[in-house]
Amino acid sequence: MAVVRVRGPLRALAGGRGEHELQGATLLELLRGFERSNPDASGWILDERGLIRRHINVFVDGERGDETTAVPDGARVDVIPAITGG
Amino acid sequence: MTELVVGTKKGLFLLEGDADSGPFEIQTRAFAGEPVDYALRDPRSGRLFAAATSPFYGPKLFYTDGDPASDWEQAEGVTLPEGGDQALERIWVIAPGEAPGVLYMGADPGVLFESHDGGASWEINQGLWNQPSRREWQPGGGGLCLHSISTWPGDPDRLAVAISAAGMWLTEDGGRSWRRGNRGLTPRYLPEAEIDPETTALCVHHVERSHSRPERMFMQFHGGVYRSDDAGESWGEIGAGLPSDFGFPLKVDPADADSAFVIPLVADMDRVMPDARVRVYETRDGGSSWSPRGDGLPAEHAYLTVLRQAFTSTGQSEQLELYFGATSGDLFGSGDAGATWCTAATRLPPVFSVSAS
Repeated sequence: MAVVRVRGPLRALAGGRGEHELQGATLLELLRGFERSNPDASGWILDERGLIRRHINVFVDGERGDETTAVPDGARVDVIPAITGG
Repeated sequence: MTELVVGTKKGLFLLEGDADSGPFEIQTRAFAGEPVDYALRDPRSGRLFAAATSPFYGPKLFYTDGDPASDWEQAEGVTLPEGGDQALERIWVIAPGEAPGVLYMGADPGVLFESHDGGASWEINQGLWNQPSRREWQPGGGGLCLHSISTWPGDPDRLAVAISAAGMWLTEDGGRSWRRGNRGLTPRYLPEAEIDPETTALCVHHVERSHSRPERMFMQFHGGVYRSDDAGESWGEIGAGLPSDFGFPLKVDPADADSAFVIPLVADMDRVMPDARVRVYETRDGGSSWSPRGDGLPAEHAYLTVLRQAFTSTGQSEQLELYFGATSGDLFGSGDAGATWCTAATRLPPVFSVSAS
């Protein structure tokens, strides 16, 4: 199991909960699981292709990951909108 | 009293006022900070729609029957098939259909959605989505945007849509099958020898149908203003007499099939008003002649750009009200079919869309 941590509108769409215990071998599996169990957030992190949206960063135990990143048991996964602009 | 629903780069604005008496009052701002690409109120239900494309979370459609300051729900089904090689990029237009509870929505990449429950849930129009030529469709500068949806008054089966740069598409069976409607269009951005109305990338900027004579349609093309008198099967140029035939938005008087309005820009390489003057051009004879209408609009040093969804109308004939917003954040209105104009608002964020009711 890993803990997915969300904030802002994602937290509001996930029943107001900031932390979610979920199972998934990769970030893609884990985030799909998050969207399945929180259908209001479906399509907010992953697009239809199964890609993490361009301006969202996902960190596994503090290291930025992508869809294929392995998620170890007990990992902390942070979903953070990017600071964009200049 | 007229309500303007204005989508901007930084949120949705609802304004109320009277085009005959000057500035409109901002009643509500919603989706603060979010780009609202298109918004309108369905006149049949009173339901308000806002299409917002968060730079973080992607395009979403929201609607409300209640307080527009806070009481929004996300519409369901506004997504492409999962597991494909494309993602929904942006919602460009929403249009009430002819059948009760039916609405249409155009989006990038060249996708038409339809709703049969007043806009709460949506599904992809499979006929257009499965067009065999789709793989060859090329996007315009704004993406592969389905930006114009023309229903046929009284006939829910007949529909025309325009896609930049996949041209015009027509259906007469409620969207089950589609065919192109591009005969006569001349893309000056290509060598003449290359033009094939079935395959050439055709950068249609905006299309409107006449309500009083539905087989008549007007088109602003990427260089060229056109008219069709056969329901979009073929087109003839009518841009002679304009200071430029490049531009985006276009409106038609619902009561008069000979009356249309365009807002020319200098050219594709210089997208500001000709002569730095803000003017709407009007035809009252189906495009045989054009007259500038600028009484009350900025007459000098005005380098404004009006985007394709930022021009709207309500009413008809002498009571036709026209409104347009610019990327400068200025919003202008006319309560007498363009004869005189007022400044409805200033210093809004860049205006993406305007609708009136």
